[in-house]
Amino acid sequence: MKDIQNIQQDLIEEFSLFDDWMERYEHMISLGKSLPLIDPSLKTEDKLIKGCQSKVWLHSEMEDGKVLFTADSDAIITKGIVAILVRVFSNQSPEAIVKADTDFIDEIGLKEHLSPTRANGLVSMLKQMKLYAVAYQAQLNQ
Amino acid sequence: MFNTTSIRADFPILQRKVNGKPLVYLDNAATSQKPQVVIDAIVEYYSNYNANIHRGVHALSQEATDKYEEARQKIQQHFNITKAHEVIFTSGTTHAINMVANGFASLLRKGDEVIVSALEHHSNIVPWQMLCEKTGAKLLVIPMTQEGTLDMKAYAEMLSDKTKLVFVNHISNALGTINPIETIISKAHQVDAAVLIDGAQACSHIKPDLQALNVDFYVTSAHKMCGPTGVGMLYGKEEWLKKLPPYQGGGEMIAEVTFEKTTYADLPHKFEAGTPNICGGIAFGVAIDYLNHIGFKAIEAHEHELLTYATKELLKIPGTRIYGTGKEKTSVISFNLENIHSYDVGTILDKLGIAVRTGHHCAQPIMNYFNIPGTVRASFAFYNTKEEVDVLISGIKKAKQMLS
Repeated sequence: MKDIQNIQQDLIEEFSLFDDWMERYEHMISLGKSLPLIDPSLKTEDKLIKGCQSKVWLHSEMEDGKVLFTADSDAIITKGIVAILVRVFSNQSPEAIVKADTDFIDEIGLKEHLSPTRANGLVSMLKQMKLYAVAYQAQLNQ
Repeated sequence: MFNTTSIRADFPILQRKVNGKPLVYLDNAATSQKPQVVIDAIVEYYSNYNANIHRGVHALSQEATDKYEEARQKIQQHFNITKAHEVIFTSGTTHAINMVANGFASLLRKGDEVIVSALEHHSNIVPWQMLCEKTGAKLLVIPMTQEGTLDMKAYAEMLSDKTKLVFVNHISNALGTINPIETIISKAHQVDAAVLIDGAQACSHIKPDLQALNVDFYVTSAHKMCGPTGVGMLYGKEEWLKKLPPYQGGGEMIAEVTFEKTTYADLPHKFEAGTPNICGGIAFGVAIDYLNHIGFKAIEAHEHELLTYATKELLKIPGTRIYGTGKEKTSVISFNLENIHSYDVGTILDKLGIAVRTGHHCAQPIMNYFNIPGTVRASFAFYNTKEEVDVLISGIKKAKQMLS
């Protein structure tokens, strides 16, 4: 399994192939369609990350020392970004997730979606992924 | 002939680009853009005669006071209000509503009833809920219909001698529906209930005659009328304003202060504690002059044309649903594309330089009624053009193609 930095590098290269925003968005939307979807029975209120406008559900579990994320969103562009975050952070050790930076978002030209003032819940989602990782890390260290 | 080219030249912001595309600003229901005359008035105030008002004996203070009071008179004339002191400057519509709600807290008793409509903005729901919690009064809601209009039969049945207050917006911000406020007011008066009309969405489109309406309270914000943010109006009939206790204590609102007792100043100062938004008030007056110079008849006619054209073109796109289809509506179109989230549509339109609003528009009860998380809302002002409607329509088609 590739580490977080490698996956981020892949994404940057992937997105650099596109000339304009429209192609980047189309790619992001298609990534959304390949998102490991959260089990419908887990789409409950406590898995819901509240943004003002679009909803994001995020579920995590730990398997063999790796954190597995599944997620969904009711908006397709949001779902695309959710898919990118899941691709980067899922199946990684809690420690790696906690340490990872998210500058790659800037480099692939999607920074505007991860602005704290954007009402889409993605900043909260990123925070929630890190919080899960911190909790699993604490479990491992017990 | 309505000349949008010369009108657009009055608005510096309309010349700018967004995401490399000419800005198409269709979020006028959230706030309007400002003409150069309003911007100039703000600059001139701070450059030439900034001073605190009503207290100074010096020349600048006198000048600023005169201009501020002149603005009050402009507002009085514009809304055909009987007395200038019935115009209270506020920080905006929300502030004005809270002032009245707070005032009524001392007048309502348990068992009294207050009525709001299902079409309200959160700012015309929450203060009344708080008021009812405080006083034990009961909050009743006029239901809405599938067309996004008010069920007037239900309203008539709701009124009784228990009804003390009725609060309705003049125009719904989420759907653009123009409510039949004349009937709402006269029916409420038959049971001696007071009426507050929230005019935030209305005053950029129409010129209400408050004497003819015989309304008890009317509130609005300057920023939706080409004026600056942070200033608005509370109109109240003199008898009501005298009856209500002051909202805030502080300077300016007092007649005499000792530690034993304070007597309050006369209207309007009783409700204007502290240093007001002097510059904002003056610029509000300038904005009103500007709108009257364009003329409300011309504004209404042009906006109606844009609404009709945009509605017709939008409905040609398969799978479009418009929310708010009542006969009486202003230039607001709230819509969704089948199976596509409003947030996604708004994001793509933004990339194309088109500013619309998406989401619940601070009117969640309306969204719950239609069982949707939100809508895309395009709202037109007199400075928008048919060409901009065309840009919007082709943007929506593009979004649909990308998102389906």
